[in-house]
Formats: sequence, structure tokens, C-alpha cells
Amino acid sequence: MAKPPAFDEIWGKSGGSEARPEFAALAEWINATPPAELNRRQQAAEAAFRQLGITFAVYGEEEAAERIIPFDIIPRIFSAREWSNLSAGLEQRVRSINAFLADIYGDRKILRDGVIPSELILRNPQFLPQMAGAKPPHGVWAHISGIDLVRTGPDEFWVLEDNARTPSGVSYMLEDREAMLRLCPELFEIFDVAPVDSYPDLLHETMRSVAPKPGNAPVCVVLTPGHFNSAFYEHSFLADNIGIELVEAADLEVVDNYVWMRTIDGPVKVDVIYRRIDDAFIDPLVFRPDSLLGVPGLISAYLAGNVALVNAPGTGIADDKAVYSYMPEIVRYYSGEEAKLPNVETYRCREPEALKYTLDNLDKLVVKLVDGSGGYGMLVGPTATRTQIDEFRTRLIAEPHRYIAQPTLALSTVPTLNEQGIAPRHVDFRPFVLTGSDGIRIVPGGLTRVALTEGSLVVNSSQGGGTKDSFVLKDAKAAS
Amino acid sequence: MLSRTALNLYWTGRYIERAEFNARLLQATIRLDSLSPRPAGLAAWSSALSVATAEYGFKQTGQALSPSSVAHYLTLADENPSSIRCCLRHARTNARAVRTALSREAWETINRAWMSVRDRTSPGGTQAALNLIDQIKAEARGFEGALHRMLRNEASWFLRLGAAVERADNTARLLDVKYHLLLPPDEEVGGVIDRDQWTTILHTVAAVTSYRWLYREGLKPWLIAEMLILRSELPRSLAASMEEVVAMLTALSRRSGKQGEADRLARTRLTKLKQSRIDLLFQSGLHEYLQEFLADIPALDQAVAHQFRFG
Repeated sequence: MAKPPAFDEIWGKSGGSEARPEFAALAEWINATPPAELNRRQQAAEAAFRQLGITFAVYGEEEAAERIIPFDIIPRIFSAREWSNLSAGLEQRVRSINAFLADIYGDRKILRDGVIPSELILRNPQFLPQMAGAKPPHGVWAHISGIDLVRTGPDEFWVLEDNARTPSGVSYMLEDREAMLRLCPELFEIFDVAPVDSYPDLLHETMRSVAPKPGNAPVCVVLTPGHFNSAFYEHSFLADNIGIELVEAADLEVVDNYVWMRTIDGPVKVDVIYRRIDDAFIDPLVFRPDSLLGVPGLISAYLAGNVALVNAPGTGIADDKAVYSYMPEIVRYYSGEEAKLPNVETYRCREPEALKYTLDNLDKLVVKLVDGSGGYGMLVGPTATRTQIDEFRTRLIAEPHRYIAQPTLALSTVPTLNEQGIAPRHVDFRPFVLTGSDGIRIVPGGLTRVALTEGSLVVNSSQGGGTKDSFVLKDAKAAS
Repeated sequence: MLSRTALNLYWTGRYIERAEFNARLLQATIRLDSLSPRPAGLAAWSSALSVATAEYGFKQTGQALSPSSVAHYLTLADENPSSIRCCLRHARTNARAVRTALSREAWETINRAWMSVRDRTSPGGTQAALNLIDQIKAEARGFEGALHRMLRNEASWFLRLGAAVERADNTARLLDVKYHLLLPPDEEVGGVIDRDQWTTILHTVAAVTSYRWLYREGLKPWLIAEMLILRSELPRSLAASMEEVVAMLTALSRRSGKQGEADRLARTRLTKLKQSRIDLLFQSGLHEYLQEFLADIPALDQAVAHQFRFG
């Protein structure tokens, strides 16, 4: 069955004969630079990543192989107009997510008004009943959100997933840009690219803005599970670039409901913690008692309003894919507007009609676990075998409430370098949205993930995905 | 600075220094062995084990004393916590945990040194062992160079503090094992064998040429002792090591405005060194003096840990 070609972000639907007018210059650059030269630069970038230790798997004592996420030298470009539409949509969505979190852990108006079924929230394992009534400093819950977007046409952007726990990948956005500046400086002469290097400063401002008590210099830290964690590079990268301490649980101590870090000059009070540890592990007194990564008493200090946790515990409920399916209603409920960024059509298998439709169309749909991530526990109907589909059918009938289904989208493609030359590959996009007490900050850029295998729609790094730099062009009028 | 960071840096400094010392010890031992009449060279190897305080551990392995078994034990044995490989593994683990506190060059030398021993199963023949030693020494030099180009802040002070404490400890142990060879001037000077032993001591602390510069005369055992204990011109002497310890502690306390037990211990020890003369040390007993010095090292270690809240 021949599929219609996907929308290519540079070539449009022309199949490579004629570039979209605003990106003609990129097409010319690609044509003028021999693939061997592009290849050489790409390898130089990857060698630099390896040397810097931008690794993604743990490289422990015994493990000889260090893995880096493959990097693709051909950037992906958003026009100023596209970006301004996207960022307006992102801002609206993240504001709504924060309002939603404050509401369900507070008065639960949205449940009483019957917009979302109560049991979907209250019986959801991602909902933390211990956090009911919590008042995070300045009312911010999701300080850092990574919204995963996909595209199917010139103006057709869709939200695929909201990441409101601890979205990762921002270090790739920054390192990819550094690599491009070093290896393809001419591109920055051709295009007026908005810089992304202010991200660490914006993150620091966001963190300072949510310090519990106003003061001159709130103490902010990054809390990591330790250097055996696969994302340790990113943790140390951020702490380093912000200029704050990278702490482990053993460096922190809660005394009288305040959090202190042990320094060579004695205890120092900590005001804001950007924690890269999951809720379940963050405080053994409240959540998993066997956690050695957590800080006993941290939640108590947080609930007393003495420390800000970035992101607040309990935000995982906004990641849940069943909750996701209600995002258009959630946005409408809190903003009074229609969602600017649409959801992908979603069938909640908990509902009998949706389940029937899903079961009848398993070979056409993508079926996902509501709490799954990383591309695990999902069925991609069009590429699955008969056996896989039958197996999934059994699971689906047994526990329909654990699944949602979505149509397979024709994800947009971007020209990408491979052994044979340059060919279109499917991409997605994760911009990072910062929410402080003083408003929302979005760096013009994000993480573009690319499925390096021909035809593949799975961009996850654990399954052969790579990254690309994402150029956002400055507004020509604003720039002049 | 986080206490944990300081702790990791301190031990990174100590382990790199220990790895390098052990490399030099091995190099000097190979040299002594090849100079010795067969099969008396074994004494050189058993003495090397003593200097590395590894006699007991080596016996536990049940291996017969031989050049290759000792060389393996000192370089690669995982059951020897002070083998070069273990030192470099500890140094790397500590450094990796505080990677951002190190400059890129400093980290790379540690990482490279570790890679050079990570997959080795045997130090190989004499030539291969000497090559390995040269490589370790070169990386250690590289680390020192990188250290001197790091930001002059707490991170570099803790690294250098650890290295200086370790250096003092190593030199004192070396002297204590060989003290019976270092006779006061009125004793009868031995023959060729003693000369080889003295040279070995100098080789272990990289001071053969330094001796000529400082004394401009033939090898005299009491002068060797004086140089290694009292002459602060020699970087690996006890005096120079303690000067460095005091300087690093001073840099740290100047920043915080606070001094503690570690400062007091180090200063007292340095003052004693400055006021000593080698003939007085021989009179009151070199061995006793070195034992007392060596007992100070764990005390200093504890004081540092307490003062900077490593616990």
C-alpha cells in the first residue's frame, strides 16, 4: 500500500524538486555542501560530544561502551511566524496545566463541574493524595514543562505528549547549537537565528522567582540521583551553566522543616531545589521507604512552605495520557479559549465505544499505555505483526482503562544525512517552557528528535533516534 | 563548596599521588633488582612491599615472593587497595563525582591514566612494566600541570592538600623502611650494596640530580636523610610537603576566616621540622622520629575531615 509522502519541512510536498520559499537558502546550502564534507563535520561534532562526555547511557566501571545520541548536521528551521504561533499555544497550554494542577490538588472545581470524571484523577496512580491541599511557593506547580509536538503540514502542529515531571533533553538543545556554531558558521550568516544560550539564565531566574521568601540571593541547587544516573551529564551541565551547586541527597538535611546543604563552611539553607529525582524516590518518609536517593523530611519542609521544589511533587498527573485526552477541555475550562495547539485525536479505551473502535482498527492505530513513556508498552498498528496485534488485543480487553489509541500520523520529515546521502526522516519537537512567579519564559528553540531509520516514526533515543539543532528565525521586522 | 565535593577532591589528590609514588617505587625496585647479584634481588622486592605497606596483604594472596608476583601485586592487583590500578580507579571515581569542579584537562589526565590500566591483566616483562610506569608518571605530571592552570579556588586547594598529605606520608614510609641504611656520619659507611640502596631511595623520590645540586659531593647517607626530611627545596621532602599542607590549609581558612585543628596540627609539625637538625634527629632516633611523623598523618586526615565536615 503506497503511503502519501509526508510533509517535508524544507521541500514541502515537492518531493525534493523545489524548496519552500523561506527555506530556499537551506536547500542551496545542502546542495552546495558535498555530503562527504557534511559527514566530516557531523563526525567532528560527535567526537566533541564524546570527549565532553555528553553520554546518554551510564558509563560505569565495567562498561566500556559510552553511547552518545547521534547528531545530525542538517538543522531544522522554524520561521518567526511559525514560532510565534507555537509559543502562544505553548504558553496557553502550560498556564492551563498549572491551573489544572492547582485545582485538582486544591478545590477540585473541574471535577465538581464534571469536565473530567473524578475517578480518572483520584484513582490515578499518578495522582498523589499526599499532596492534596499542598500550596507550592507562589502557586507554581510545573516550572519546567517539555511539550512534545509533531507536525503534519505547513500549519498543522499537534501536541503528542505533555511532560510535566522532569523533562530532559535541554542540554542537547544547547550542545547541538554549540556544535552548529562551530562547524557550520556560514549557516548563521545566511539565517538570522534566535539564540538559545540564555536558557540556563532563564532557568535560574525562574528558580529564584519561586523562592519561598523574597530575599536578595535565594540559594538554588540541582538535586541529582548521582553520577550513575543516565542523565547525569545533563544534571551537571545545568548546575555548571547556571552556576549553582549540584547536590546529592546525602548533601542535604532537613532540620526544623528547613533544608540545609552541608558545605565546608557549615550548613547553608537551601531555598529552591531543581530535583531530577522522581516523586516516588524524593522522600523516604512520605513515598518509597526504601529510597536511598531521597532526603528524609523534604516533603514536610516543602509543605511547610520553606522550600520550593522544581517541579512540584504530583505534577505527573498532567503527563498521564488519559488526562492528556482531556487537555482541550482543560485548556478551555481554565483559559476560556479554545486550545491553540490541538491534541492528536485520542480514543480512551476505558469508554466502551472507543474500545470497540480501537479493537476494530488495531492495524491502523497507535495504542499506548496511559502511564508509559520512552516508546515502551506501545503498539504501532501499521508496522506490527499479526501476533503482536493479537497479543495486544488480549491485553486491551483485560485492562482497557490502561490504554489509549491514536491514529497513525504522517509525521513531517526533514532532510537528514545518512550513508547514502541525504534523505527525509521523520522528526518531532520538544520545546521547554519555564513558569516562574513572574510569568512564562520560552527560549526560541527546543530539542528536535529524528528517527534515523527510513520510514520509522519512533524518535526515542533508546530506539535509534538522533537529534538535530532547531533554528528559530528572528522576526525580520523586530530585528531591523 | 559542598563538603562531599571537598572530600572527593581531597581523595582524588591523594590517590593520584599514591599511584605515582607506587609507580616510582616499582621503577626504583626494578633498577635495584637488576643491579643486585642473583638471586639476592628478591630483597629489593620484599622491601618494596614494606614501603607500600603491602607485606601483609601480599602474604594473604599465598603467592611466592618473586619479581613478577610483587610487580603484579603493586600495579594491577584488585585485592591490593593501594595497587596502581585501585588508586587510579578510586581517583577516577572521586573525580567523576565532582567532574564539574575539575578543569577538562585535569579530568582527561585522570581518565586517560585509568584507561591505561583498566584492561591490563599483567604488567608484562620488565620492559613493558617500565613503559607502563612511564605512562603513569607522564599522566601524573599532566595532572599536576592541569592543576596549576585550574582556577585558584577551593577545588584546586583541596586537590593539592590531598596530594601534599599523601606525599608526606609516602616519603616518611620510604625513609622508615630504609632508615637502617641511613647512618649518621660517625658510623662506618657500607660498600657498593649500600650505595645502590641509597640511589634507590633517591630514585623513588626523583631526587638523584637534586642531591648533586644541593650537596655537590658524593652520596652520604646522613645527607640523603637530611635532604628528604628537612630540605624544603626538595618537593618530596617532609618539610616541603608540610609547607604545602600548611599553605593549602591557610588558603582555605583565609577564605572562611576560620582555622581549626588541622591548621594547628600541620603548623606544629612544620615548626618542628624547621627547628630540627639532622644530627639531632639521629641522636634521638630516626625511626622514632619517623614513627611519630607517620602517626600524625591519620590525625591530620581526621582533623581535615572534621574541619570541613566530610563526615
